[in-house]
Amino acid sequence: MSKTLFDKIWEKHVVDSIPDGPDVLYIDRHFIHEVTSPQAFTGLNKRGIRVFRPERVFASPDHNVPTINQHLPIQDKLSRLQVEKLTENCQAHGVKLFHLTHENHGIVHIIGPELGITQPGQTIVCGDSHTATHGAFGTIAFGIGTSEVEMVFTSQCLLQYKPKKMRITVDGELGQGVVSKDVILYIIARLGAGGGTGYFVEYAGSAFRNMSMEARMTVCNMSIEMGARGGLIAPDEKTFEYLKGRKFVPQGAEYDEHVEQWKELFSDPDAVFDKEMKIKAEDIPPMLTYGTNPGMGIPVDQPVPGRAGEEKALEYMGLKQGEMLLDKPVNYIFIGSCTNARIEDFRAVADLIRGKQKAGNIRAYLVPGSKLVERQIDEEGLRGVFEDAGFEIRQPGCSACLGMNEDKVPKGEYCVSTSNRNFEGRQGPESRTILASPLTAAATALNGKITDVRNLV
Amino acid sequence: MEKFKTITSTAVPIQIENIDTDQIIPARYLKATDREGFGDNLFRDWRYDENGRPKQGFVLNDNKYRGSILVAGKNFGSGSSREHAAWALADFGFRVVVSSFFADIFKNNALNNGLLPVQVSDAFLSLLLERISSNPHEEVLVNLDVQEIRLLSSGDSEQFEINPYKKQCLQNGYDDIDYLLSILDKVAEYESKTLRT
Repeated sequence: MSKTLFDKIWEKHVVDSIPDGPDVLYIDRHFIHEVTSPQAFTGLNKRGIRVFRPERVFASPDHNVPTINQHLPIQDKLSRLQVEKLTENCQAHGVKLFHLTHENHGIVHIIGPELGITQPGQTIVCGDSHTATHGAFGTIAFGIGTSEVEMVFTSQCLLQYKPKKMRITVDGELGQGVVSKDVILYIIARLGAGGGTGYFVEYAGSAFRNMSMEARMTVCNMSIEMGARGGLIAPDEKTFEYLKGRKFVPQGAEYDEHVEQWKELFSDPDAVFDKEMKIKAEDIPPMLTYGTNPGMGIPVDQPVPGRAGEEKALEYMGLKQGEMLLDKPVNYIFIGSCTNARIEDFRAVADLIRGKQKAGNIRAYLVPGSKLVERQIDEEGLRGVFEDAGFEIRQPGCSACLGMNEDKVPKGEYCVSTSNRNFEGRQGPESRTILASPLTAAATALNGKITDVRNLV
Repeated sequence: MEKFKTITSTAVPIQIENIDTDQIIPARYLKATDREGFGDNLFRDWRYDENGRPKQGFVLNDNKYRGSILVAGKNFGSGSSREHAAWALADFGFRVVVSSFFADIFKNNALNNGLLPVQVSDAFLSLLLERISSNPHEEVLVNLDVQEIRLLSSGDSEQFEINPYKKQCLQNGYDDIDYLLSILDKVAEYESKTLRT
């Protein structure tokens, strides 16, 4: 029988099925961070049990960490305690930890792929909704709550009902200045913030095939923003080439054997999906959000729609129906987060701003996703480009994506941000987030107002 | 986990759609390492101003509305996977959240904490919101055994779905960990058969 890629991976991981109930799904990789794991460890300790398969668990503190002076003790007491708790728990349970000063430290969804911990065909979970990022490698990767983190600690399994399947096909060539972030913002604007709820998405078509692995990660990362549990892309030569030689990937002949197995990971040609959506790549422009959920997105050169029910969001954002976002002055841009903090994002930004200066009103935060990305920025001479342009390069972490650490956008200010959520207060109390691609954010920094990057490239 | 059977209570209406978990509890209040006390910061930025003073006009600051049932607009609990959202609602005293649509991860988190998500039709949600907003004394009965939600004064009711496994867990106060611990030998057997890296 014809199967989807999702079905193939799922079925290989079913340990048992409860009659009239969920499947017991085996989990290959479990990423943890400091915010959603402490209560799960406490649960284990209360029961007097240890992590069942610690070698499958990988930890990195990312949400709460400062992005300057990481060699010093964390100033904020509660943040420091949470990060210390992670270290303590990992030591007690034998879990691999990439601590704050480790050479491989970074945002969990950035370091998993770059270290080759993430591999095709795996099931991957993390107490974080952006776990879908790893789907770019042809994995079933999804976010879970802390009780579920505890379940995976206990048994390396989760009780899960199989979701429905949706395929989103984008064929054709993306226009100049249009990148993977625009593609996913466009898809979410079409489907709405809840349009993917109950589904697991497969992204298919030439637009995704033509994307680099890093660009694919940006797409899969935001699957949750339309409510989907996750999103995946069938692995191909680009995937195998990306993973080859990475730290946690088998080497030599063993690697070749893995690749042979990974080549079986695709949806059969006549596999049936519960829902299909087709998009022409040529129709996708650079995108912006204007509201308080990621589904409220528009082309950069279009007016704010202001549909019924959006009044509260527009009031929060200080925007009016029919107003243009283009040329609107903004004072903050943020390039970072698990969505857009990989080396290709910084290369693209550097190419755009090389030899130019940010506008005087702009504060531009650039926050690499990992220590490795930070080193690449230095090795490739990009730091000088950013500093010459007046951009501020910080140290790895989730930073201004979620207003949990010191990096926040002040009350009432707009921030053109490459992160994944524009919820009320997401980047700090009463901050106003406009989601966009790294190119749009960088172009905006140069002009001090929202800019259509197509006019610069 | 506390057992769940039926609940009769007045209800608290929040007529807002797409309430995300950042609104239920903002990230800066997620720094605790235990599960208690999150109710103090439930809906923090809607409930308090920057100086910590209660904001007039937000329903949790209106003494008229009390009860263990929260009724909210469509697509409740979207966004982050933070279970702190479910903990905050439960810690505040809610046992049931009613909406016409729930985000997946929130729904699981709620069920894992004995907080029952009740999904009703858009029409029934409108009726509920209208009735409880206009009459704060209106009592609502949620019966898990027969999967029914009912407005006591008028008898208007609707059935709701819950998967049989989760229903049983709630009725008996079991959690998934008890079950998973009982099948560790099966997991080990699966691992030995299915070599993977």
